[in-house]
Formats: sequence, C-alpha cells, structure tokens
Amino acid sequence: MSRIKNLIRSFTLLELLKGMRLTGRRFVSRKSTVQYPEEKTPQSPRFRGLHALRQYPGGEERCIGCKLCEAVCPALAITIDTEEREDGSRRTTRYDIDLFKCVYCGFCEEACPVDAIVETRVYEYAFLERGEQIMTKEMLLEVGRKHEDQIAADRSSKAFGY
Amino acid sequence: MTEWWLNFTSPIPPVLLTTAYIFVFMLVIVGCVAYVTLAERKVLGFMQVRIGPNRVGPRGLGQPVADAFKLMFKEMVLPRDADRFLFRLAPLLSMTPALAAWAVIPFSEHLNFTEINAGLLYILAMTSLGVYGVIVAGWASNSKYALLGSLRAAAQIVAYEIAMGFALVGVVMASGSLSLGDIVRAQQGSVLHWYWLPLLPLFLTYLIAGVAETNRAPFDVVEGESEIVAGFHVEYSGMGFAIFFLAEYANIILISALTALLFLGGWLSPLEGLAPMQAFHVPYLGVILGSGAHWFVAKTCFFIFCFLWFRATFPRYRYDQIMRLGWKVLLPVTLIWIFVEGILLYVEFPPWFD
Repeated sequence: MSRIKNLIRSFTLLELLKGMRLTGRRFVSRKSTVQYPEEKTPQSPRFRGLHALRQYPGGEERCIGCKLCEAVCPALAITIDTEEREDGSRRTTRYDIDLFKCVYCGFCEEACPVDAIVETRVYEYAFLERGEQIMTKEMLLEVGRKHEDQIAADRSSKAFGY
Repeated sequence: MTEWWLNFTSPIPPVLLTTAYIFVFMLVIVGCVAYVTLAERKVLGFMQVRIGPNRVGPRGLGQPVADAFKLMFKEMVLPRDADRFLFRLAPLLSMTPALAAWAVIPFSEHLNFTEINAGLLYILAMTSLGVYGVIVAGWASNSKYALLGSLRAAAQIVAYEIAMGFALVGVVMASGSLSLGDIVRAQQGSVLHWYWLPLLPLFLTYLIAGVAETNRAPFDVVEGESEIVAGFHVEYSGMGFAIFFLAEYANIILISALTALLFLGGWLSPLEGLAPMQAFHVPYLGVILGSGAHWFVAKTCFFIFCFLWFRATFPRYRYDQIMRLGWKVLLPVTLIWIFVEGILLYVEFPPWFD
C-alpha cells in the first residue's frame, strides 16, 4: 500500500512542486540585502571595532599602565612599557596593539579598571603597507579623541548595564 | 512580412539577404544569451532573498557586457599536454549546433528561416551534436577532472536522448508531421488542444530530459563543481570558457523554444477559442491578443524562467540516480504513453484525435 502511495506521490511530482512553491514565495518576498556602502546594518552600543585609548575631560590620559589588558589578551596583541612620570604616577611609554593578532574579543576593555582601553564602533579601516597594522599609543589616543562623544554615550547606555 | 519590406529588399540577391538575416539573428541570440546569464543571477538571487547584481549600469543591466569584456581580455591558457587542435575546436563544436538548430524554428506562421519537412529530425540531430563539444573538450584537455566530466556527459546524454526522442515520437504521432510549423498548426483550437494536455507525461518527460540534456541543475554532474571542479571545461579560460558558457545558455533557450513549440502551441494565442472572435479584430489590441511571434517569445521566456527556477530549488542528483531516472522511469513512462496514445489515435478519441 505504501509503495503505491509512494508511486503516486513521485509521479504527481508533489514534492518537487512543494519545493518550487517555497522558492517561488522567496522570489516575490522582500529582499534582505543591505546595500553596503549606501546602507549599513545597525550597530550595538557594545560593538567591538577599532581600539581607542580614552582621556579624562581635562586631557589627562586614563591609562595607568597596570598591564591587566596585556595580561588578559588571549592573542598577545598588546605590548606595554611603563615608567614613572615626574609627578610620581605610573604611565605608559609604549602601548602597541597589533591589529593582525587582535581577535576583537573585548577582554582588554573588560579588564581595564579605569575604562582607558575601549573598542569603538569604527570598523571601516584598511592597511596598505606592512607595519601599518601596529596601533601605537599616539594613534590610539587620537582615535579616542576623535570618537570620545560616541564612546562615552555608548558606555552610559543600557546595553552596558551601568 | 509586409509587402513594403519585400519590395524594398527585392533587388538584393536572396543568398545575401538570408546571410544578412542570419547575421542579425545571431547577434540577437547572443544578446539574449548574455541577458539570460543576467536573468539567471537575478532570479537565483531573488529566490535566495537577495538582490543579485545591481552595480553595473541601472539595475545591473550592464553586467553581461562587463562580463563579456572581462573574459575577452583574459588569456586563453593552453595546457601543455592538451591536444592543441581539438582543444580549440571544442568550444565551437558545442556552440555551433546550438545556433544552427534555430534555422528551422518557426517564430510565427510565416516568420522563419526555412521550413523543411524533417525539421524535428534536424533539431534532434543538432542537439545531439552538441555533446561532442563537451566530450572533445574533456578529452582534449588531458585532465582527469575534465575527462570524468565528459564521460558523465556522454552517459547522461545517451540515457536522456532516448527518452527525449520518444517524447518527440509522441508529438509526431499526434500531429502526423515532422515539420515544426505543421506541428504547431496541428495544435490549433484552444489551450486545451495544445499537446501539453493529451501528452502530459511526454511533456513532463521532455522538460526533464531537456534539463538533463543541457546539463543544468539538478542534472549538472557534468560540471559538478563539488566533485570534479568544473568538469569538462575545467582547463578552459578566457574566450574558450565564455563560448562554453554561451553554448550552455543558447541550449537552454533552444530547449525552451522547442518545448513551447511542441507542447504549448508555439505562436498560437492562448485566448484562441476562449475569447469571442470579434476580440481579435479590435485594432492594435487584437494583434496582441491574436496569435503571433510575441506569444512564442513569452512561452519561451516562461520555460527559461522554469530552468532557473529548477536550479534555485533542486539539489543535484547523484550520478546513479540520474541513470535510474533516465532508464527506469522516464523511458518506461514514454513507452507506455506512446502505446496509450496509439490506442487513443486508433479510436479517434475526442477532442484531440478526432
């Protein structure tokens, strides 16, 4: 009996037609393509893109050179050297992030006790020469200065849980 | 064709005139082929809920032109161990029959290149020749993947050619003619008189065999990129590859056109026998509603769309499944239906065979 049923089912091409009905529906449905350079997908406030070093409003850098980020970094992408500044506080003389090594996990951001190293929403960048992938302290501070408003706003949003 | 045009062209010798027609028609076909490739990418895209190419020109309409130019400027690599002559000949072997078959296709009552009384045999011969291009390409490439691809092509074509041939035999029995024009004329009446209904199993068989014959998904083991890279044209690049590509799409258009002619009444209007007779005498509108080349083109486009639809829907058959379907399903189905059709013809079964 089931053989006859199978025979009828395969000869009426029912299953093929079912499949074609599915693709036919997709054919007329709304397309989900995001036309990238003109349109962009919405980002979360917790988006993890290019790194930045933040500064306090007066211009004092936040980083105190505790090297927790360097320690927690699973890809060993961060290299830090520190020394004592003339006012007695500890500051970094070198803060390099190798963006080829970085896996954008956000652990550095989480480990930082003073919210100095952060990951911004910037994701459209490219390197044209070997060596450009090393973000030095100055470059990181510059990214931080440029995007400070966005960084601060994101970090006070609900998504961060503060 | 109008009187005016006949008078205008009368001083030109017929040979030159026909050559000019053929040249223009070839350009049209190649243009159509180029845009079928775009249509394929668009349709596949739409069925996968994306947009498809839309960067070159308005709505991506310049894409085929860009592709053609890219391929033209690329080097045609000749493998060291390849058979130089056959390697270069193979793309032409697959392209020529696909274009030559159009010689006997009637676009409307009087619009055709030639109407020979064995048109269907000519078509069958031409479409069968196309496989030599594939086989020669695979052999001449001197590559294992290419050879495997062409072996598969040979076996597949042999299996499906027979089912296809029997489907055509059914059409010939019903119409009593091998001429494509007469076959369409024999379908006159209404939508229900077209052969898709009395010959439904043969119609479906022909469509399936046609998909297999053109090596399209779900029967594209010949190319089978997941198993044998690109099959028979794995060693081809630049213009050689482009010509294989064009041949594949030219074959799709050809098979679609044939299906429209043999089973869907070619240039006949579907409103015939349904709408009142006066409708066809309304100026302008009557021409559109009445029979003509535009219906033939519309039906062909429908089948081309079906080809793309199949590709978007069905996964590839395994090789042994293809053989099973060809020999153990399609062939018996056609044989049985030809027998049934013979009985129907003998008893003059109305309304089709009386």
